[in-house]
Amino acid sequence: MDSIRSHHELQPADSGGDADPTSPAEHGRLTILACPDCDLLNRFPTVTQRTHICLRCGAVLYRHRPDSIDRSLALTCAALVLFIISNSFPFLAMKSGGFIQQTTLISGIVELWRQDLYALAAVVMLTCLAVPLTQMTGLLYILAPLKWANRPAPRAHRVFRLILHATPWGMMEVFMLGILVALVKLGKMATIVPGISAFSFVVLIFVMAWAVSNLNPAELWDRLDRRR
Amino acid sequence: MKTTPTTARRLGLVSCHDCRLLLKAPPADKDAVACCPRCGSVLHARKPNSLSRTWALVCAALILYVPANTLPITVTTSLGSSQSDTILSGVIYFMQSGSWEIAAIIFIASIFVPLAKLITLVYLLVSVQVRSTRRPRDRTSLYRLTEMVGRWSMVDIYVVTILVALVKLGAIATVEAGPAAVYFAAVVVITMFAAESFDPRLIWDILEEEA
Ligand SMILES: [Zn+2]
Repeated sequence: MDSIRSHHELQPADSGGDADPTSPAEHGRLTILACPDCDLLNRFPTVTQRTHICLRCGAVLYRHRPDSIDRSLALTCAALVLFIISNSFPFLAMKSGGFIQQTTLISGIVELWRQDLYALAAVVMLTCLAVPLTQMTGLLYILAPLKWANRPAPRAHRVFRLILHATPWGMMEVFMLGILVALVKLGKMATIVPGISAFSFVVLIFVMAWAVSNLNPAELWDRLDRRR
Repeated sequence: MKTTPTTARRLGLVSCHDCRLLLKAPPADKDAVACCPRCGSVLHARKPNSLSRTWALVCAALILYVPANTLPITVTTSLGSSQSDTILSGVIYFMQSGSWEIAAIIFIASIFVPLAKLITLVYLLVSVQVRSTRRPRDRTSLYRLTEMVGRWSMVDIYVVTILVALVKLGAIATVEAGPAAVYFAAVVVITMFAAESFDPRLIWDILEEEA
């Protein structure tokens, strides 16, 4: 909790003095944040157990996350294991007559590539493989040194920014919905058997969402501060 | 409580896009690029060229939306005869075969959401450009919703990927991705960029300027 305390020692308030006459941020007891959606300055206690919502537009500004680093680190490790399992086994198998055809995520991408659909192959590879993998390994890279060495990894602030920008492009949960639709669609013409990896995919999606929701960006930015 | 809202802009402050650190706004010098001292990202008071960038992306997506919905998304060859399916004919097929849930998922994700998202963005852009002051909070919520649901449109692309990979049973049946798949993926990606380049703070800036 100590680490949060120094969060937002407002530089403008330090150097200007006249920036906001009512700003008590210098005392380190209040955090001031500009709402990313409406620009309103919101003030709330720096050490807080609550979720804070912008007074004007309702955007979520801060969520309290106890043991944020430990929990997201553990969940990220679990997610990485599940990710490897999900991509090592076929997620669907189709039986029709004497044929058995099964597919992994990677073989699907390869098949798109073979059919000269390079753009599609790239989109699927980025959204279902590259982005989730970047997210997971990036979080490990950031969180593990904070946990065990109590200092940030080199260039960790860059890695965290990369993760923040990549996150909206990770779409494993949408891919899961795609598996369900394909299951119904093909169920009419052949016997479809979901593989191990279909189940590990479901678990992976929840574990990953849980890991991300346990992150506390305010605390992380404070510890990754490149000025130190 | 307060009569005039205290915004970062009114106090000459800038909030870092990536780490939310509040800083004194850098001097308006065109050549100088100010970076956040904490996380290193480039500082802007508002997303740069938000309106024109969003307009350009929305227009591109609207144009691509037409081939995405009229050209075939899959071509199924089965025992010598081949059949092309558009997104809409896929929805109709599911309805006729009784899979209402799947028909609804595909219709909402592939036809309704992308169009609704583009219309919403056009509405937000126009409302900012005519300097509307009506219901800013609802418009901001609408923007957040738009940003959130867009990703689910990708589901049809994944269905095509799975079909293409799974259905290649030699002479019996094969599924190939049609040209619409590429257009459709482009629509989804471009609308996601469009939503990201719109800055909802522009909605609120007008309120303060008009006050
Ligand atoms: Zn707000």
